[in-house]
Amino acid sequence: MAFRKDLLLISSWIKPNTKVLDLGCGNGELLKILKKNQNVRGYGIDNDIKNIKDSLKKDVNVLQIDLDNNLSEFETNSFDYVVLAQSLQVVKRPKELIDEMLRIGKEIIVSFPNMGHWSSRVQLLTKGMMPITKNLPYTWDKTPNIHLCTIRDFFTFCEKNKYRILEESITNKKQKSNFLIRMMPNLFGEIATFRIK
Amino acid sequence: MNDNNSIGLVVPKLVKINKKLNLESGKILDNYQLKYETYGVLNPNKSNAVLICHALSGNQHAAGFYENEEKPGWWDNMIGPNKPIDTNKVFVVSLNNIGGCHGSTGPISINPKNNKIYGSDFPLITVSDWVNTQKELMDYLNIPYWQFVVGGSLGGMQSFQWALQYPSLIKNSIIIAGALKLTAQNIAFNEVARQAIMKDPNWHDGNYIEKGLAPKQGLALARMLGHITYLSDTSMKEKFGRDLKKSKLNFNFDVEFEIESYLRHQGEKFVAGFDANTYLLMTKSLDYYDPVKNLGYKIDENLKKTKSKFLVISFTSDWRFPPKRSKEIVKLLLNSERDISYCEIDADGGHDAFLMVNKDYFDVMKNFINQVCDGI
Repeated sequence: MAFRKDLLLISSWIKPNTKVLDLGCGNGELLKILKKNQNVRGYGIDNDIKNIKDSLKKDVNVLQIDLDNNLSEFETNSFDYVVLAQSLQVVKRPKELIDEMLRIGKEIIVSFPNMGHWSSRVQLLTKGMMPITKNLPYTWDKTPNIHLCTIRDFFTFCEKNKYRILEESITNKKQKSNFLIRMMPNLFGEIATFRIK
Repeated sequence: MNDNNSIGLVVPKLVKINKKLNLESGKILDNYQLKYETYGVLNPNKSNAVLICHALSGNQHAAGFYENEEKPGWWDNMIGPNKPIDTNKVFVVSLNNIGGCHGSTGPISINPKNNKIYGSDFPLITVSDWVNTQKELMDYLNIPYWQFVVGGSLGGMQSFQWALQYPSLIKNSIIIAGALKLTAQNIAFNEVARQAIMKDPNWHDGNYIEKGLAPKQGLALARMLGHITYLSDTSMKEKFGRDLKKSKLNFNFDVEFEIESYLRHQGEKFVAGFDANTYLLMTKSLDYYDPVKNLGYKIDENLKKTKSKFLVISFTSDWRFPPKRSKEIVKLLLNSERDISYCEIDADGGHDAFLMVNKDYFDVMKNFINQVCDGI
């Protein structure tokens, strides 16, 4: 079975026998991997009924909750990790959500598509239109992505809010790094993943 | 009856439990009988039994047809071959709870102590009492544990109570349109319903049957009120709007709007098959249910004893037991680190949505139950 590569990276950051909350869990893939391989007690959150149904098919715990509301169902410090994989850009209030994640989890893991990638920059520069790329395939009027950011934006954001970055991975879509990405991550990185405290 | 997915003809059964039942109220029933139905086959290792718990006005007849009857059981859309509760895979047990009026011991039964109809002498029954009687039925049927217990509304409370009361005898608990306890508003509606019944001139302190009477007006009113709270504003608007029975207003108090006619019909239909004392008892049982208060901090301890998984389902338009109420159950179970899934089905049907066909709702049930069945 083909796993989403970025989820494999995230699962490698999660220690076995821990408790994980996965926000925007999609079809429950990450939780399924974690449950099977790492004996993780996990709960997924999603607001799309299709994803709820798919997660139930995978026999993972899933809760239909809107990430734009608060997460008051969850006690402070009740999870080892709270994960937000490639969903940061769809929420209404990213800062409030990250604060909620930090309240609930001892550590959080956040990943997002890098708007600063050269393909986006070139499109905006040459066409003068909102970029449409492999990672961001929507036209401006149909996109669910309302809070896109670049890697540099995110660093500034963490600094400003005093979020401590413990680990980072900036890669292409296949979760690989290369010389160019290492030299100029904000220009050549496609997916950025951070472990934050 | 030509429905290929129908369980077909069913015949209710009766079991007499010759065992004392100590009720939560302190009263005792020396013995009692339970009317029940079963669908499907119990497998050789007895691992596929499931229990259906009915709500306020339900009974044992959840699916299939009785001889010479047109109308199927009350949850026939959910239970049957290839339906979400798939009788090809699971062995379904559905009973009429005690205090009911469809064959199990209740206010219309004869009190063995004086050979008179119980009437208002029938003791009040709680959710916990019901779970104890359901356990007796389980033992009688030689069922070692329930693969799942499921119910909507008051039935959902029983499903949750099973996990608290017999934590090792339940593998999965499905709680639909449920709540941990009633709100003041819920109790208020129940109280108006009770008053309607007890103010009926034919009430006679609950002993109307021996006088050959019944508080029909009151019970019909109670049902009409209840019915309004089971529907949503949207569903009423869609179904009836402001449609008139005749083309113009009559300027009197006869039935003029379709909704009036519908409610009166619902009231009358209900009265023909339901006992007023049972209605009172069921509403009281709802009012009393409050496991968090009863168990206090021990509720976490109790919940941690069960390995049961939970599925909690609510409906967006349900204002009797709105999603907020279900989320209280979710929060409690999350705190106790139980396996729990929750979904909020987009549906216009109000509280009664749990009885209606809805693709998302049925898919969720199906996917969850299929996972359960894969593990049998």
